[in-house]
Amino acid sequence: MSKNNKIKRQIENYVFLTLSFLSAGFGLFFLFWILGDLLINGFKYINLDLFTHDPVPPGMEGGGLKHAFIGHIIITFLGTVIGTPIGILAGIYFAEYGRNSKLASILRNIVDIMVSNPSIVIGAVVYAILVKPVGHFMGIAGGVALALLMIPVIVITTDEMMKLVPKETREAAYALGAQPWQVSFQIVLKAAKVGVLTGVILGVARISGETAPLLFTAFNNSFTTLDVTKPMASLTVTVFQYAMGPYDEWHRQAWAASFILTFGVLIASITARYLIQKKRT
Amino acid sequence: MTENIKIQVKNLNFYYAGNKLALKDINLPIYEKRITALIGPSGCGKTTLLRCFNRMHDLYPGNRYEGEILLDGKNILDKDVDLMELRTRVGMVFQKPTPFPMSIFDNIAYGLKLQGIKNKTELQDRVEQALKEAALWDEVKDRLNVSAFSLSGGQQQRLCIARTIAVKPEVILFDEPTSALDPISTSKIEELIVELKKNHTIIIVTHNMQQAARVSDYTAFMYLGELVEFDSTDIIFTKPNKKLTEDYISGRFG
Repeated sequence: MSKNNKIKRQIENYVFLTLSFLSAGFGLFFLFWILGDLLINGFKYINLDLFTHDPVPPGMEGGGLKHAFIGHIIITFLGTVIGTPIGILAGIYFAEYGRNSKLASILRNIVDIMVSNPSIVIGAVVYAILVKPVGHFMGIAGGVALALLMIPVIVITTDEMMKLVPKETREAAYALGAQPWQVSFQIVLKAAKVGVLTGVILGVARISGETAPLLFTAFNNSFTTLDVTKPMASLTVTVFQYAMGPYDEWHRQAWAASFILTFGVLIASITARYLIQKKRT
Repeated sequence: MTENIKIQVKNLNFYYAGNKLALKDINLPIYEKRITALIGPSGCGKTTLLRCFNRMHDLYPGNRYEGEILLDGKNILDKDVDLMELRTRVGMVFQKPTPFPMSIFDNIAYGLKLQGIKNKTELQDRVEQALKEAALWDEVKDRLNVSAFSLSGGQQQRLCIARTIAVKPEVILFDEPTSALDPISTSKIEELIVELKKNHTIIIVTHNMQQAARVSDYTAFMYLGELVEFDSTDIIFTKPNKKLTEDYISGRFG
């Protein structure tokens, strides 16, 4: 190799390395800015009242977001309970039964697109098929919207995690005389359970930060309710409402809620990724 | 010594998906309660032939058989054969140990449960018996509820053998069962295989010619999808009829 060529290649190398380093830094900068801002502005407003009191009339000091915390947990729980079994069963179909079928590969592409489907569209769909016919906003409609958002995430992780199970393990089960469904449920799903669980956690993390689909479905409520057929408050919608509102107390509570929401999702994602990594090694 | 034929392969052709001919006109007897070794260079079709005996190829679409494989006189390639039943009669042990993600006990009990055995005492007896036959009982009897993945590679392979014999198959197929194991584990498995022929008909695929010579009663030498020569192991390894067999045995190619 000529000396010139070597210098040229070294320069190219430095240019691309610097560019990618700067791009990565650019992205990370904003991430840490957001996290830092939330930590500084959000953490100091967390107190016991936030979790134990409903809101006081606008403009007054005090009160809390109990209604939003409870509503958020209920709606997320509903979404998880509806979405998880459907997602796992569909994932099993793709990984086990649909391996070589044309239909499955078309459906798999659609699921891939569904993952990046704008969540407001899902909200509008559930509004049209559930809220409009019934005539009012409902917590359960929020749960259905979140389930629809969560299903593709779980389908894809279940599919991928089950494919990681060695084909010899499947064959060994067949060689003992097992039926296909027994191989899928009793052997392969069991072998992939950590990965599948990870998919569920990722799905929960994905839906617990959603606002748009809830605006159309669960909407909001100023009081704590456990009735899923009534409008129900959630942290995200409350943050949206409070941050836009004119009151300082609202802003403080919105900061605190954003902090809890963000770090909750962050911890869930990190747990999920940690589990996946442990599984792969 | 009278020899009963357990399996008779007649004019067997096998095509992988895409019409790729992998086995050409195989004719072969498998004698009851004897060990038959299938040897030959990589890609000769020995594993493909082995996987015909329990119709493992049916798991993947597009594979096709022609000819007959008679198990006790009944053609197992017929359309009306119940594959689940066939596979309980013809068990299989794989190249790599394939423990299931469950406890040692549940691994052995899995096949029994598939057969509908629910009685706890019977399950315990059958699991213990299978582990004893596989010479694993003493090593695991105090930790039957521990995950099967905690065992060493050699122990896992004996676990898989125990799992296979627990359902009392008539025929056991071994697909290079020691190629992933160290020499000590290998010799234990070989002793075990010889022991198993008291009650089972055994077919073993091996890359290791010394292994074939040590354990088997009959040997089939295959090359490019064809059966070149089949005879007693003594004859194949001392005075084979075909030049090709002799060349392979003496290590001139392969």
